[in-house]
Amino acid sequence: MAFGVRLHVWGERACFTRPEMKVERVSYDVITPSAARGILEALHWKPAIRWQIDRIHVLKPIRFESIRRNEVGGKLSSANVAKAMRAGSTTGLATYVDEDRQQRAATILRDVAYVIEAHFELTRAAGADDSVGKHLDIFNRRARKGQYFHAPCMGVREFPAYFELLEEGGQWPAHDVSLSGTRDLGWMLHDIDFENGMTPRFFRAQMVDGVIAVPPWQSEEVKA
Amino acid sequence: MSAIAHRYEFVYLFDITNGNPNGDPDAGNLPRLDPETNRGLVTDVCLKRKVRNFVSLDKENTSGYAIYMQEKAVLNLQHKKAWEGLGIPPDTKDEYKKLPKEEAKAREITAWMCRNFFDVRTFGAVMTTGVNAGQVRGPVQMAFATSIDPVVPLEISITRMAVTTEKEAEAQSGDNRTMGRKHIIPYGLYRAHGFISAKLAERTGFSDTDLALFWQALTNMFEHDRSAARGEMAARRLIVFKHESAMGNAPAHVLFDKVKVSRVNGEADTPARCYADYQVSVDQNLPQGVSVSELI
Repeated sequence: MAFGVRLHVWGERACFTRPEMKVERVSYDVITPSAARGILEALHWKPAIRWQIDRIHVLKPIRFESIRRNEVGGKLSSANVAKAMRAGSTTGLATYVDEDRQQRAATILRDVAYVIEAHFELTRAAGADDSVGKHLDIFNRRARKGQYFHAPCMGVREFPAYFELLEEGGQWPAHDVSLSGTRDLGWMLHDIDFENGMTPRFFRAQMVDGVIAVPPWQSEEVKA
Repeated sequence: MSAIAHRYEFVYLFDITNGNPNGDPDAGNLPRLDPETNRGLVTDVCLKRKVRNFVSLDKENTSGYAIYMQEKAVLNLQHKKAWEGLGIPPDTKDEYKKLPKEEAKAREITAWMCRNFFDVRTFGAVMTTGVNAGQVRGPVQMAFATSIDPVVPLEISITRMAVTTEKEAEAQSGDNRTMGRKHIIPYGLYRAHGFISAKLAERTGFSDTDLALFWQALTNMFEHDRSAARGEMAARRLIVFKHESAMGNAPAHVLFDKVKVSRVNGEADTPARCYADYQVSVDQNLPQGVSVSELI
Protein backbone atom coordinates (compact mmCIF):
# COMPACT_ATOMS: atom_id res chain seq x y z
CA MET A 1 0.00 0.00 0.00
CA ALA A 2 1.91 2.98 -1.24
CA PHE A 3 -0.43 5.56 0.15
CA GLY A 4 -0.67 4.30 3.71
CA VAL A 5 0.23 6.27 6.80
CA ARG A 6 1.24 5.24 10.30
CA LEU A 7 0.65 7.56 13.17
CA HIS A 8 1.79 6.94 16.71
CA VAL A 9 -0.74 8.52 19.10
CA TRP A 10 -0.79 8.61 22.86
CA GLY A 11 -2.54 10.32 25.74
CA GLU A 12 -3.02 10.29 29.48
CA ARG A 13 -6.72 9.47 29.32
CA ALA A 14 -9.20 8.33 26.71
CA CYS A 15 -12.92 7.67 26.40
CA PHE A 16 -14.16 5.82 23.33
CA THR A 17 -17.74 5.63 24.46
CA ARG A 18 -19.70 2.44 23.92
CA PRO A 19 -22.95 3.43 22.23
CA GLU A 20 -24.95 1.10 24.50
CA MET A 21 -23.60 2.81 27.62
CA LYS A 22 -23.42 6.47 26.86
CA VAL A 23 -25.51 8.04 29.59
CA GLU A 24 -22.90 7.05 32.10
CA ARG A 25 -20.12 6.65 29.60
CA VAL A 26 -18.14 3.45 29.47
CA SER A 27 -15.20 3.33 27.14
CA TYR A 28 -14.33 0.50 24.80
CA ASP A 29 -11.10 -1.30 25.68
CA VAL A 30 -9.32 0.28 22.76
CA ILE A 31 -9.67 3.08 20.25
CA THR A 32 -12.40 2.55 17.65
CA PRO A 33 -11.71 2.91 13.92
CA SER A 34 -14.12 5.83 14.02
CA ALA A 35 -12.11 7.69 16.67
CA ALA A 36 -8.87 6.85 14.86
CA ARG A 37 -10.33 8.34 11.68
CA GLY A 38 -11.26 11.45 13.67
CA ILE A 39 -7.63 11.85 14.79
CA LEU A 40 -6.37 11.58 11.21
CA GLU A 41 -9.00 14.05 10.04
CA ALA A 42 -7.91 16.48 12.74
CA LEU A 43 -4.55 16.61 10.97
CA HIS A 44 -5.70 16.58 7.37
CA TRP A 45 -8.95 16.03 5.57
CA LYS A 46 -10.67 17.30 2.45
CA PRO A 47 -13.98 16.20 0.96
CA ALA A 48 -11.92 14.64 -1.80
CA ILE A 49 -10.54 11.92 0.47
CA ARG A 50 -11.88 9.27 2.83
CA TRP A 51 -9.68 7.73 5.50
CA GLN A 52 -9.79 3.98 6.01
CA ILE A 53 -8.26 2.44 9.09
CA ASP A 54 -6.35 -0.77 8.35
CA ARG A 55 -4.84 -1.79 11.65
CA ILE A 56 -4.72 -0.56 15.20
CA HIS A 57 -1.73 -1.44 17.33
CA VAL A 58 -2.34 -1.29 21.05
CA LEU A 59 0.87 -0.45 22.87
CA LYS A 60 -0.07 -0.13 26.52
CA PRO A 61 -1.98 -2.29 29.03
CA ILE A 62 -5.74 -1.67 29.09
CA ARG A 63 -6.62 0.07 32.34
CA PHE A 64 -9.78 1.84 33.45
CA GLU A 65 -10.65 4.61 35.87
CA SER A 66 -13.86 6.32 36.85
CA ILE A 67 -14.66 10.01 36.97
CA ARG A 68 -17.95 11.68 37.81
CA ARG A 69 -18.80 15.17 36.62
CA ASN A 70 -21.66 17.61 36.65
CA GLU A 71 -23.04 17.92 33.15
CA VAL A 72 -26.01 19.65 31.63
CA GLY A 73 -28.86 17.44 30.48
CA GLY A 74 -30.42 19.46 27.70
CA LYS A 75 -29.39 20.63 24.32
CA LEU A 76 -29.98 24.00 22.78
CA SER A 77 -33.07 23.98 20.60
CA SER A 78 -32.85 25.67 17.27
CA ALA A 79 -36.45 26.84 17.54
CA ASN A 80 -35.55 28.92 20.59
CA VAL A 81 -32.61 30.44 18.80
CA ALA A 82 -34.78 31.27 15.81
CA LYS A 83 -37.23 32.96 18.17
CA ALA A 84 -34.45 34.97 19.81
CA MET A 85 -33.16 35.97 16.39
CA ARG A 86 -36.57 37.28 15.42
CA ALA A 87 -36.89 39.13 18.70
CA GLY A 88 -33.39 40.49 18.23
CA SER A 89 -32.43 39.79 21.80
CA THR A 90 -30.43 37.21 23.71
CA THR A 91 -32.60 37.65 26.78
CA GLY A 92 -33.92 34.38 28.04
CA LEU A 93 -31.74 32.37 25.73
CA ALA A 94 -29.65 30.53 28.26
CA THR A 95 -29.29 27.18 29.91
CA TYR A 96 -29.32 27.39 33.67
CA VAL A 97 -26.76 24.93 34.75
CA ASP A 98 -28.21 24.48 38.24
CA GLU A 99 -31.64 23.58 36.91
CA ASP A 100 -30.52 21.18 34.26
CA ARG A 101 -27.77 19.37 36.10
CA GLN A 102 -26.95 15.71 35.76
CA GLN A 103 -24.17 13.92 37.50
CA ARG A 104 -22.65 11.39 35.24
CA ALA A 105 -19.83 8.97 35.80
CA ALA A 106 -17.52 8.02 33.01
CA THR A 107 -15.40 4.89 32.96
CA ILE A 108 -12.37 5.94 30.99
CA LEU A 109 -9.08 4.50 29.86
CA ARG A 110 -5.79 5.53 31.42
CA ASP A 111 -2.41 6.01 29.81
CA VAL A 112 -3.07 4.85 26.27
CA ALA A 113 -0.87 4.61 23.19
CA TYR A 114 -1.65 3.27 19.75
CA VAL A 115 -0.26 3.11 16.28
CA ILE A 116 -2.91 3.79 13.67
CA GLU A 117 -2.24 2.27 10.28
CA ALA A 118 -4.48 3.76 7.64
CA HIS A 119 -4.80 4.77 4.03
CA PHE A 120 -7.21 6.97 2.16
CA GLU A 121 -9.25 6.72 -0.97
CA LEU A 122 -10.36 9.47 -3.27
CA THR A 123 -14.08 10.15 -3.21
CA ARG A 124 -16.51 11.34 -5.83
CA ALA A 125 -15.79 14.87 -4.69
CA ALA A 126 -12.20 14.63 -5.89
CA GLY A 127 -11.41 17.20 -8.54
CA ALA A 128 -8.86 17.22 -11.31
CA ASP A 129 -6.13 18.58 -9.08
CA ASP A 130 -6.63 16.01 -6.32
CA SER A 131 -3.98 13.36 -6.47
CA VAL A 132 -3.20 10.73 -3.88
CA GLY A 133 0.36 12.01 -3.66
CA LYS A 134 -0.69 15.53 -2.85
CA HIS A 135 -2.90 14.57 0.09
CA LEU A 136 -0.38 12.04 1.36
CA ASP A 137 2.33 14.70 1.28
CA ILE A 138 0.17 17.18 3.13
CA PHE A 139 -0.67 14.63 5.80
CA ASN A 140 2.90 13.45 6.28
CA ARG A 141 4.25 16.98 6.36
CA ARG A 142 1.74 18.06 8.97
CA ALA A 143 2.21 14.94 11.09
CA ARG A 144 5.99 15.33 10.98
CA LYS A 145 5.82 18.96 12.05
CA GLY A 146 3.15 18.42 14.66
CA GLN A 147 0.66 20.55 12.76
CA TYR A 148 -3.04 20.08 13.04
CA PHE A 149 -6.32 21.58 11.88
CA HIS A 150 -7.77 21.20 15.35
CA ALA A 151 -6.23 19.45 18.34
CA PRO A 152 -6.86 15.71 17.97
CA CYS A 153 -8.44 13.96 20.92
CA MET A 154 -8.87 10.53 22.47
CA GLY A 155 -12.60 10.12 21.99
CA VAL A 156 -13.67 13.29 23.80
CA ARG A 157 -12.14 16.71 23.56
CA GLU A 158 -10.98 16.99 27.16
CA PHE A 159 -8.51 14.17 26.57
CA PRO A 160 -5.94 15.44 24.09
CA ALA A 161 -4.11 13.06 21.78
CA TYR A 162 -0.42 13.63 21.12
CA PHE A 163 0.99 12.28 17.90
CA GLU A 164 4.10 11.52 15.96
CA LEU A 165 4.52 10.27 12.41
CA LEU A 166 5.98 6.80 12.23
CA GLU A 167 8.31 7.14 9.30
CA GLU A 168 8.89 4.45 6.71
CA GLY A 169 11.50 2.14 8.19
CA GLY A 170 11.40 4.01 11.50
CA GLN A 171 11.63 2.43 14.94
CA TRP A 172 8.32 0.92 16.10
CA PRO A 173 7.26 1.71 19.62
CA ALA A 174 7.24 -1.40 21.79
CA HIS A 175 4.08 -3.38 22.61
CA ASP A 176 3.45 -4.14 26.24
CA VAL A 177 3.96 -7.85 26.95
CA SER A 178 0.60 -8.14 28.71
CA LEU A 179 -1.11 -7.73 25.33
CA SER A 180 0.36 -10.93 23.88
CA GLY A 181 -2.00 -13.64 22.82
CA THR A 182 -5.42 -13.45 21.27
CA ARG A 183 -8.15 -11.43 22.90
CA ASP A 184 -11.72 -11.13 21.71
CA LEU A 185 -12.89 -7.57 22.23
CA GLY A 186 -16.44 -8.35 21.14
CA TRP A 187 -18.57 -6.31 18.81
CA MET A 188 -17.17 -2.86 18.43
CA LEU A 189 -18.21 0.25 16.57
CA HIS A 190 -16.46 0.50 13.24
CA ASP A 191 -17.84 3.82 12.15
CA ILE A 192 -21.05 5.65 11.50
CA ASP A 193 -22.56 5.53 8.05
CA PHE A 194 -23.28 9.18 7.43
CA GLU A 195 -24.64 8.49 3.98
CA ASN A 196 -27.39 6.26 5.32
CA GLY A 197 -29.01 8.26 8.07
CA MET A 198 -26.11 7.94 10.51
CA THR A 199 -26.37 4.18 10.95
CA PRO A 200 -23.69 2.77 13.23
CA ARG A 201 -21.86 -0.22 11.81
CA PHE A 202 -20.03 -2.77 13.91
CA PHE A 203 -17.32 -5.38 13.55
CA ARG A 204 -16.00 -8.21 15.68
CA ALA A 205 -12.73 -6.92 17.06
CA GLN A 206 -9.97 -9.41 17.74
CA MET A 207 -6.68 -8.35 19.19
CA VAL A 208 -3.81 -10.63 18.29
CA ASP A 209 -0.57 -9.75 20.06
CA GLY A 210 -1.77 -6.19 20.46
CA VAL A 211 -2.83 -5.76 16.85
CA ILE A 212 -6.41 -5.34 15.69
CA ALA A 213 -7.02 -5.82 12.00
CA VAL A 214 -9.87 -3.57 10.92
CA PRO A 215 -11.99 -4.99 8.11
CA PRO A 216 -12.66 -2.69 5.15
CA TRP A 217 -15.74 -0.50 5.50
CA GLN A 218 -17.74 -2.18 2.75
CA SER A 219 -16.80 -5.74 3.68
CA GLU A 220 -19.04 -8.56 4.89
CA GLU A 221 -17.71 -8.44 8.45
CA VAL A 222 -18.95 -4.92 9.01
CA LYS A 223 -22.61 -5.07 10.03
CA ALA A 224 -25.17 -2.45 10.74
CA MET B 1 -14.26 40.66 13.64
CA SER B 2 -11.69 38.52 11.95
CA ALA B 3 -10.64 35.26 13.52
CA ILE B 4 -7.24 34.59 15.04
CA ALA B 5 -4.57 33.61 12.54
CA HIS B 6 -2.25 31.60 14.76
CA ARG B 7 -2.40 28.33 16.59
CA TYR B 8 -1.67 28.48 20.31
CA GLU B 9 -0.95 26.11 23.13
CA PHE B 10 -0.76 27.12 26.74
CA VAL B 11 0.40 25.83 30.07
CA TYR B 12 -1.58 27.20 32.97
CA LEU B 13 -0.38 26.83 36.55
CA PHE B 14 -2.62 27.64 39.47
CA ASP B 15 -2.49 26.74 43.11
CA ILE B 16 -4.75 26.31 46.08
CA THR B 17 -4.13 26.80 49.76
CA ASN B 18 -6.50 25.26 52.30
CA GLY B 19 -9.39 24.76 49.96
CA ASN B 20 -11.14 22.38 47.62
CA PRO B 21 -10.45 23.29 44.00
CA ASN B 22 -12.90 20.80 42.49
CA GLY B 23 -15.10 18.45 44.51
CA ASP B 24 -15.74 14.89 43.37
CA PRO B 25 -19.47 14.09 43.37
CA ASP B 26 -18.54 10.42 43.50
CA ALA B 27 -16.62 10.78 46.74
CA GLY B 28 -18.83 13.00 48.87
CA ASN B 29 -17.29 16.19 47.51
CA LEU B 30 -13.76 15.22 48.45
CA PRO B 31 -11.22 16.95 46.21
CA ARG B 32 -10.73 14.95 43.03
CA LEU B 33 -7.81 12.57 43.10
CA ASP B 34 -6.13 10.48 40.48
CA PRO B 35 -6.42 7.08 42.18
CA GLU B 36 -3.22 5.79 40.65
CA THR B 37 -0.89 8.58 41.66
CA ASN B 38 -2.78 10.49 44.39
CA ARG B 39 -2.31 13.65 42.41
CA GLY B 40 -5.16 16.12 42.54
CA LEU B 41 -7.38 16.68 39.53
CA VAL B 42 -9.42 19.61 38.29
CA THR B 43 -11.67 18.88 35.32
CA ASP B 44 -11.71 20.88 32.12
CA VAL B 45 -15.35 21.85 32.66
CA CYS B 46 -14.54 23.26 36.09
CA LEU B 47 -12.03 25.67 34.56
CA LYS B 48 -14.31 26.57 31.66
CA ARG B 49 -17.07 27.39 34.12
CA LYS B 50 -14.79 29.97 35.76
CA VAL B 51 -13.87 31.48 32.41
CA ARG B 52 -17.56 31.87 31.60
CA ASN B 53 -18.27 33.42 34.98
CA PHE B 54 -15.42 35.89 34.59
CA VAL B 55 -16.56 36.95 31.14
CA SER B 56 -20.14 37.43 32.23
CA LEU B 57 -18.94 39.62 35.12
CA ASP B 58 -16.52 41.59 33.02
CA LYS B 59 -18.74 42.03 29.96
CA GLU B 60 -22.07 42.57 31.63
CA ASN B 61 -24.48 44.30 29.26
CA THR B 62 -22.06 44.14 26.36
CA SER B 63 -23.59 42.75 23.24
CA GLY B 64 -21.73 39.87 21.69
CA TYR B 65 -20.53 38.61 25.07
CA ALA B 66 -23.61 36.86 26.36
CA ILE B 67 -23.01 33.54 28.11
CA TYR B 68 -25.18 30.63 27.10
CA MET B 69 -24.31 28.19 29.88
CA GLN B 70 -25.28 30.16 32.93
CA GLU B 71 -25.07 29.62 36.62
CA LYS B 72 -28.06 30.81 38.54
CA ALA B 73 -26.02 33.07 40.79
CA VAL B 74 -24.71 34.93 37.80
CA LEU B 75 -28.12 35.16 36.22
CA ASN B 76 -29.50 36.99 39.22
CA LEU B 77 -26.86 39.64 38.86
CA GLN B 78 -27.52 40.09 35.23
CA HIS B 79 -29.65 42.87 33.98
CA LYS B 80 -31.44 42.76 30.77
CA LYS B 81 -28.81 42.70 28.14
CA ALA B 82 -28.43 45.65 25.88
CA TRP B 83 -28.61 44.28 22.47
CA GLU B 84 -27.73 46.01 19.29
CA GLY B 85 -27.22 45.33 15.65
CA LEU B 86 -28.81 42.61 13.60
CA GLY B 87 -32.43 43.37 14.16
CA ILE B 88 -33.35 41.16 11.25
CA PRO B 89 -31.36 38.12 10.23
CA PRO B 90 -29.43 38.83 7.03
CA ASP B 91 -31.04 37.86 3.80
CA THR B 92 -29.30 34.63 3.05
CA LYS B 93 -31.42 33.83 0.07
CA ASP B 94 -28.75 34.74 -2.41
CA GLU B 95 -25.75 33.87 -0.34
CA TYR B 96 -26.67 30.24 0.22
CA LYS B 97 -28.53 29.71 -3.01
CA LYS B 98 -26.91 26.44 -3.85
CA LEU B 99 -27.28 24.86 -0.43
CA PRO B 100 -30.38 23.09 0.76
CA LYS B 101 -32.76 25.39 2.51
CA GLU B 102 -32.52 23.72 5.88
CA GLU B 103 -28.78 23.73 5.94
CA ALA B 104 -28.69 27.43 5.17
CA LYS B 105 -31.06 28.01 8.03
CA ALA B 106 -28.96 25.87 10.32
CA ARG B 107 -25.84 27.79 9.41
CA GLU B 108 -27.52 31.08 9.99
CA ILE B 109 -28.61 29.98 13.44
CA THR B 110 -25.15 28.73 14.27
CA ALA B 111 -23.54 31.95 13.05
CA TRP B 112 -25.95 34.02 15.09
CA MET B 113 -25.16 32.02 18.23
CA CYS B 114 -21.45 32.44 17.64
CA ARG B 115 -21.78 36.16 17.17
CA ASN B 116 -23.81 36.72 20.28
CA PHE B 117 -22.43 34.24 22.81
CA PHE B 118 -18.82 34.30 23.95
CA ASP B 119 -18.91 30.74 25.27
CA VAL B 120 -20.38 29.32 22.07
CA ARG B 121 -17.69 31.12 20.07
CA THR B 122 -14.94 29.91 22.39
CA PHE B 123 -15.88 26.45 23.63
CA GLY B 124 -18.61 25.45 21.18
CA ALA B 125 -22.11 24.14 21.84
CA VAL B 126 -24.47 21.41 20.75
CA MET B 127 -27.62 22.55 19.03
CA THR B 128 -30.41 20.25 18.02
CA THR B 129 -31.15 21.65 14.63
CA GLY B 130 -31.80 18.23 13.20
CA VAL B 131 -29.59 19.20 10.30
CA ASN B 132 -25.96 18.14 10.51
CA ALA B 133 -26.37 17.85 14.29
CA GLY B 134 -25.87 21.62 14.43
CA GLN B 135 -22.74 21.34 16.53
CA VAL B 136 -20.27 24.12 17.02
CA ARG B 137 -16.80 23.00 17.88
CA GLY B 138 -15.02 25.77 19.68
CA PRO B 139 -11.38 26.62 19.07
CA VAL B 140 -10.39 26.52 22.74
CA GLN B 141 -9.91 23.14 24.35
CA MET B 142 -8.56 22.42 27.79
CA ALA B 143 -7.50 19.13 29.33
CA PHE B 144 -7.75 18.02 32.96
CA ALA B 145 -5.45 19.88 35.31
CA THR B 146 -3.26 17.66 37.48
CA SER B 147 -1.29 18.59 40.56
CA ILE B 148 2.47 18.43 40.28
CA ASP B 149 2.84 16.35 43.44
CA PRO B 150 0.45 14.04 45.26
CA VAL B 151 -2.02 15.88 47.47
CA VAL B 152 -3.50 14.77 50.76
CA PRO B 153 -7.06 15.92 51.26
CA LEU B 154 -8.01 16.67 54.85
CA GLU B 155 -11.42 16.32 56.34
CA ILE B 156 -12.11 19.21 58.68
CA SER B 157 -15.08 18.97 61.01
CA ILE B 158 -16.86 22.19 61.74
CA THR B 159 -19.75 23.08 64.02
CA ARG B 160 -22.70 25.33 63.46
CA MET B 161 -24.41 27.03 66.38
CA ALA B 162 -27.87 26.61 64.90
CA VAL B 163 -30.09 23.90 63.54
CA THR B 164 -32.29 23.89 60.49
CA THR B 165 -35.61 22.62 61.77
CA GLU B 166 -37.61 22.97 64.95
CA LYS B 167 -37.73 19.22 65.25
CA GLU B 168 -33.96 19.10 65.46
CA ALA B 169 -33.98 21.79 68.10
CA GLU B 170 -36.43 19.80 70.20
CA ALA B 171 -34.35 16.68 69.85
CA GLN B 172 -31.32 18.53 71.13
CA SER B 173 -33.38 20.23 73.82
CA GLY B 174 -32.20 23.67 72.90
CA ASP B 175 -28.54 22.86 72.45
CA ASN B 176 -28.95 23.61 68.78
CA ARG B 177 -25.64 22.51 67.37
CA THR B 178 -24.89 20.70 64.16
CA MET B 179 -21.68 19.44 62.73
CA GLY B 180 -20.52 19.61 59.21
CA ARG B 181 -17.49 18.66 57.21
CA LYS B 182 -15.18 20.50 54.92
CA HIS B 183 -12.69 18.89 52.66
CA ILE B 184 -9.54 20.80 51.93
CA ILE B 185 -6.19 20.36 50.32
CA PRO B 186 -3.50 22.08 52.42
CA TYR B 187 -1.62 23.00 49.27
CA GLY B 188 -1.56 21.96 45.64
CA LEU B 189 0.02 23.38 42.49
CA TYR B 190 -1.96 22.33 39.43
CA ARG B 191 -0.91 22.29 35.82
CA ALA B 192 -3.39 22.47 32.94
CA HIS B 193 -2.75 22.25 29.22
CA GLY B 194 -4.81 24.06 26.61
CA PHE B 195 -5.11 24.16 22.85
CA ILE B 196 -6.42 26.89 20.57
CA SER B 197 -7.07 26.00 16.95
CA ALA B 198 -6.96 28.86 14.47
CA LYS B 199 -8.88 26.82 11.94
CA LEU B 200 -11.84 26.21 14.24
CA ALA B 201 -11.66 29.87 15.24
CA GLU B 202 -12.27 30.77 11.60
CA ARG B 203 -15.57 28.95 11.78
CA THR B 204 -16.82 30.51 14.98
CA GLY B 205 -15.29 33.96 14.54
CA PHE B 206 -13.14 33.74 17.69
CA SER B 207 -11.04 36.89 17.28
CA ASP B 208 -7.86 38.35 18.75
CA THR B 209 -10.04 40.49 21.01
CA ASP B 210 -11.72 37.32 22.27
CA LEU B 211 -8.34 35.74 22.79
CA ALA B 212 -7.15 38.70 24.85
CA LEU B 213 -10.31 38.38 26.94
CA PHE B 214 -9.68 34.67 27.36
CA TRP B 215 -6.14 35.32 28.65
CA GLN B 216 -7.55 37.98 30.94
CA ALA B 217 -10.10 35.47 32.23
CA LEU B 218 -7.41 32.89 32.98
CA THR B 219 -5.35 35.55 34.73
CA ASN B 220 -8.10 36.91 36.93
CA MET B 221 -10.84 34.32 37.20
CA PHE B 222 -9.92 33.03 40.65
CA GLU B 223 -10.08 36.59 42.00
CA HIS B 224 -13.82 36.53 41.33
CA ASP B 225 -14.48 33.01 42.47
CA ARG B 226 -13.92 33.35 46.19
CA SER B 227 -16.00 31.09 48.37
CA ALA B 228 -15.90 29.20 51.63
CA ALA B 229 -15.05 25.99 49.82
CA ARG B 230 -12.30 27.24 47.56
CA GLY B 231 -9.90 28.65 50.09
CA GLU B 232 -7.16 30.64 48.43
CA MET B 233 -6.78 29.96 44.76
CA ALA B 234 -4.43 31.87 42.51
CA ALA B 235 -3.27 31.78 38.93
CA ARG B 236 0.51 31.48 39.10
CA ARG B 237 1.79 31.15 35.57
CA LEU B 238 0.32 31.35 32.09
CA ILE B 239 2.82 30.36 29.45
CA VAL B 240 1.60 30.76 25.91
CA PHE B 241 3.15 29.21 22.82
CA LYS B 242 2.27 30.98 19.62
CA HIS B 243 2.77 29.29 16.28
CA GLU B 244 3.57 31.36 13.24
CA SER B 245 1.21 29.43 11.01
CA ALA B 246 -2.44 28.62 11.52
CA MET B 247 -1.76 24.87 11.34
CA GLY B 248 1.09 25.14 13.81
CA ASN B 249 4.86 24.83 13.62
CA ALA B 250 5.62 22.16 16.20
CA PRO B 251 3.93 19.25 17.99
CA ALA B 252 2.03 20.25 21.10
CA HIS B 253 3.74 17.68 23.34
CA VAL B 254 7.17 19.03 22.41
CA LEU B 255 6.11 22.50 23.53
CA PHE B 256 4.53 21.30 26.77
CA ASP B 257 7.80 19.54 27.58
CA LYS B 258 9.54 22.92 27.44
CA VAL B 259 7.83 23.93 30.65
CA LYS B 260 9.38 22.21 33.62
CA VAL B 261 8.07 22.48 37.13
CA SER B 262 10.61 21.24 39.62
CA ARG B 263 10.51 20.85 43.32
CA VAL B 264 13.04 23.03 45.12
CA ASN B 265 11.94 22.59 48.72
CA GLY B 266 11.22 19.15 50.04
CA GLU B 267 11.24 15.88 48.22
CA ALA B 268 9.49 15.43 44.90
CA ASP B 269 6.38 13.20 45.03
CA THR B 270 5.57 14.36 48.53
CA PRO B 271 2.97 17.02 49.28
CA ALA B 272 4.21 20.59 49.04
CA ARG B 273 3.06 23.46 51.22
CA CYS B 274 3.57 26.64 49.20
CA TYR B 275 4.39 28.01 45.77
CA ALA B 276 7.96 28.71 46.87
CA ASP B 277 8.43 24.93 47.03
CA TYR B 278 8.45 24.93 43.24
CA GLN B 279 10.49 26.39 40.48
CA VAL B 280 9.07 26.86 37.01
CA SER B 281 11.43 27.06 34.07
CA VAL B 282 10.70 27.57 30.41
CA ASP B 283 13.25 26.26 27.95
CA GLN B 284 13.72 29.09 25.45
CA ASN B 285 15.23 26.77 22.87
CA LEU B 286 12.04 26.53 20.82
CA PRO B 287 11.26 24.91 17.49
CA GLN B 288 11.37 27.28 14.56
CA GLY B 289 8.27 29.37 14.08
CA VAL B 290 7.14 29.13 17.70
CA SER B 291 7.38 31.99 20.16
CA VAL B 292 6.66 31.88 23.85
CA SER B 293 5.21 34.58 26.04
CA GLU B 294 4.55 34.53 29.73
CA LEU B 295 1.34 36.33 30.50
CA ILE B 296 1.68 35.70 34.24
